[in-house]
Amino acid sequence: MSLRSIVYCKVCSYPLDYCEFSGKLKRCKVWVTENHPELYSQYYGDTETEEATNKLAASSIGDEREEKLEKDLKRLQSKQENREQRELAKKLSSKVIIKREARTKRKCMIAISGLEVFEIDMKKLAKTFASKFATGCSVSKNAEKKEEIVIQGDLADEAEAYIHKLLEEKGMKDVKVEKIETKKKKKPITTPGAAPAEE
Amino acid sequence: MFRKFSKEDVHSRSNVKSSVQRTLKTKLVSQFPVLEPVIDELVPKKSQVELIKCEDKIQLYCVDGEVLFFQKFNELIPTLKFVHRIPEAFPTVQVDRGAIKFVMSGANIMCPGLTSPGAKLPDAPGLENDTLVVITAENKENALAVGRLLMSTEDIKSINKGHGVELYHHLGDCLWNFNVD
Repeated sequence: MSLRSIVYCKVCSYPLDYCEFSGKLKRCKVWVTENHPELYSQYYGDTETEEATNKLAASSIGDEREEKLEKDLKRLQSKQENREQRELAKKLSSKVIIKREARTKRKCMIAISGLEVFEIDMKKLAKTFASKFATGCSVSKNAEKKEEIVIQGDLADEAEAYIHKLLEEKGMKDVKVEKIETKKKKKPITTPGAAPAEE
Repeated sequence: MFRKFSKEDVHSRSNVKSSVQRTLKTKLVSQFPVLEPVIDELVPKKSQVELIKCEDKIQLYCVDGEVLFFQKFNELIPTLKFVHRIPEAFPTVQVDRGAIKFVMSGANIMCPGLTSPGAKLPDAPGLENDTLVVITAENKENALAVGRLLMSTEDIKSINKGHGVELYHHLGDCLWNFNVD
């Protein structure tokens, strides 16, 4: 007796036999053919015999119930697909905002918001920023009651590069990252980057 | 049990002392004697076991970043990742194909789903009431859920009505998707 190693589907996270119940069967199949072609035939058979194996599998619960089950699964699948599409659209339309807020003299801080859509753990990212840039970094709520990451120091470019890299790893290449500059002084000054003028 | 479960339910996490780890392993073996020859492979001596205490007094035990078993009261319950690696070690019941969908959305298993032609129950004398069981499905190789019998398997066969298995953990629930780090 020994331990088994099991291949889990990267798409739906289930063991391969349960892909059909995840509602993502199409993409699961693609993933299996790409990564484990030898397992594909084991679970899904050849395209011609597929029907036959399906019938075999269904034999015990009766044709009527099997039909119903299949219908349900199809519905689940279409639902899932719709939801994914919506989510993707939302992700593509949303953008990350990096705000540079001037503090006293030549000091400033960076506030990053709009990351929650991309399933990024804010606290963790704040921690990595803090150690990466050797600076203070925390998560706080902004005016719209949304979470944002606040970094101390002028690190807009570095933070932007890092976020781009992070999003690329997640497969989101063309996410808009917008940079804004604001001054926290009473009189906003139009020339950015310049030393704050005295009133 | 894990219908709603997220990072917010985690109260504390700590590393387990090696002595505690040893007693944990003996407890696991006494609960599931078949595990004895492979326990060192599942929980290596050198590995660091992590204890995650959660809401409702649930405790998760992690080995190498994977939750291997959890504990509600006194009994250790294996997670599916654990079960998949060594399915022979646990008492098993099988449900028919029609039930899979419901089990995977977290429903308790009804007796007819355990007695129909596609399902399989262990032969007499069967399993006692309250036994921890692993649930597999017709024509499927791997387990899809872990639960506890609400009546003995002989009763399930004879009565054939009502809840048969209380579900603890199933494929696709929050514990399955739970990311340790």
